[in-house]
Amino acid sequence: MASEFEIVTRPHAKNLVAWAKDKPRVVVLSADLTTSCEADTFRDAYPDRFFSMGMAEQNMMGFAAGLAREGFFPYIHTFAVFITRRPFDQLAMSIAYPNLPVRFIGFLPGITTPGGVTHQAIDDIALMRIVPNMTVLEVGDATEVESVLDVAQSINGPVYVRMLRGQVPRLFRETEPLQFNHARIVSQGSDVTILSSGICTEEALRATRALATKGISLHHSHISTHKPFTDPRVLAALHAPRYGVVTLENHLVTGGLGSAVAEMMAEHGIGKKLVRLGLRDEYAHGASREYLMKKYGLDAMALVRAVEQLMGERFGLSEEDLAAVRLTQVHSAAKAEAL
Amino acid sequence: MQAASSAWQAHTQRVAQNIRRRVLDYVIRNNGGYLSQACSGAEILATLYTRIMNLGPSRAPMIPAPFPGVPSAHNPNFFNGALYNGAPEPHRDRFFFSPAHYALVLYATLIEVGRMSPEGLELFNQDGSTVEMIGAEHSPGIETTTGSLGQCLSQAGGVALARKLKGETGRVWVMLSDGEFQEGQTWEAFAALAFHKLDNVGVYVDVNGFQCDGKMDTVMQIEPLHARLESFGAAVYEAEGHDMEQLAALATLAHASKPLVVLARTDPAHGIEILRARAPKYHYVRFQDETERAQYRDWLEEMNVIDTS
Repeated sequence: MASEFEIVTRPHAKNLVAWAKDKPRVVVLSADLTTSCEADTFRDAYPDRFFSMGMAEQNMMGFAAGLAREGFFPYIHTFAVFITRRPFDQLAMSIAYPNLPVRFIGFLPGITTPGGVTHQAIDDIALMRIVPNMTVLEVGDATEVESVLDVAQSINGPVYVRMLRGQVPRLFRETEPLQFNHARIVSQGSDVTILSSGICTEEALRATRALATKGISLHHSHISTHKPFTDPRVLAALHAPRYGVVTLENHLVTGGLGSAVAEMMAEHGIGKKLVRLGLRDEYAHGASREYLMKKYGLDAMALVRAVEQLMGERFGLSEEDLAAVRLTQVHSAAKAEAL
Repeated sequence: MQAASSAWQAHTQRVAQNIRRRVLDYVIRNNGGYLSQACSGAEILATLYTRIMNLGPSRAPMIPAPFPGVPSAHNPNFFNGALYNGAPEPHRDRFFFSPAHYALVLYATLIEVGRMSPEGLELFNQDGSTVEMIGAEHSPGIETTTGSLGQCLSQAGGVALARKLKGETGRVWVMLSDGEFQEGQTWEAFAALAFHKLDNVGVYVDVNGFQCDGKMDTVMQIEPLHARLESFGAAVYEAEGHDMEQLAALATLAHASKPLVVLARTDPAHGIEILRARAPKYHYVRFQDETERAQYRDWLEEMNVIDTS
């Protein structure tokens, strides 16, 4: 089956080079995952602005801090787990405390890698959300990969970017770039509000289109700014639904999008049911993305079940019905890249 | 050392002795503090500030201002303590102070070299003050927040790399404590300094051989430090850490394409002999009773007599 969406190969690799061309103070720091993080093109184009720091993430944080203090804009490229877990104290004390403009480009979000528990960042948004001064962004498609750097660069302070690599679908028009703290309203409706982020938005689109055929009225917004989480469009979407709210994220349901939504609903006295879909207090393991999304309930069918739960009825949708609106098969063919 | 042979040595020696005396005075009045760090580090800091570092005049108030709030995008009033070391200028040196627990010793140093007023020390560890017990980057003389030990050298390395990229000629001086060699990050940092050939970095290490739990070789061995550092690609020299002529001379040695390291072998009770009774628990002094406190008061009075005679 042909994909409905264009698939862009290595969008960050191409975009980073073009974007950094006229920004001489932008430097890239890498910890032995340069090609794996699509920074090889930058290294080759601007060797004087690329610094190999080896497998030494704690030290890399300090070097980035020092460069930022002197007026440079370090773009740290490595896997999300090696930004948010291993050097957490260095990230907090050397960079976040002094509010330095270091940009963390973290790859392999959640279960997007078969690399298993050591490589799967299932808690990175939670860890970055609790860091004072930190801004937290996540991309969901190629257009956002290509526009997130502009947003990150506009922030006075450190920014964590949950990035995608490899073959990335283009869900949103190139003329509609990622905007800071601004949800993308994908569809309007009054029965249930669905908030999705990252790769889960593609899954949500499969589900919402199938549900629409059953006459369900859904609001669906795609979230790309996790912190700050103060978008009035999101607040309005939480007030709106008759039956409740569903969040769908490629992350633990604690500390990420589901938690942020729960906090916003509680703080604004929105007394509606909330179903949080995502990993539930457990680690994942090494397997394919499709297998893991199904196993841990991050896929379109999990979303259908959540909407059914909120509305108290069954819509009789099968996997075949969801497959019929399946947006892409390309991911299943994408081979795992170097870990 | 007692017979200083020229004007600078006499001056630097006096600064060192006054650092020790001022810290002891404060510890007696406060009934506690980081005293051993003054004993071991006084000559290192005195020599760095009076002889080695090319710093501009202080741009900060003689009496430190109240805490201005933490750095953030919404706090334009944030103040960086490095302004006590002068404004950052391309040809000037920069100072990075890693063992933040030595803050009291650094504050005393700033007073003795005329960058802070003695009244500033009365703000030490007071609520709402920047003269904090374990200094952070708003504290006098401190540019980066390093109380989580082992993080300073990496940050200084980034500054040194940036200064090379910008073609600045000033050097980057770092004071480290030997305990920080137990942190893996310190070795990561030395590997990176050597790999990126950051020869604009000079590191003075207070090798006093003691840490919070006691004697370092009973807690976790870091020796042979000299050989280890050389194998990491640094230019390494040893100094008797209370000999200011040695400390100053080593700063001038060539170390092309390598970071310079001076291992200043120091005595954690230097100049305050009665402190030796507390070995190996040197890290923080809290007097057991008024009798012990009186002994230290007597020692301070004797130091004062010697200095004024």
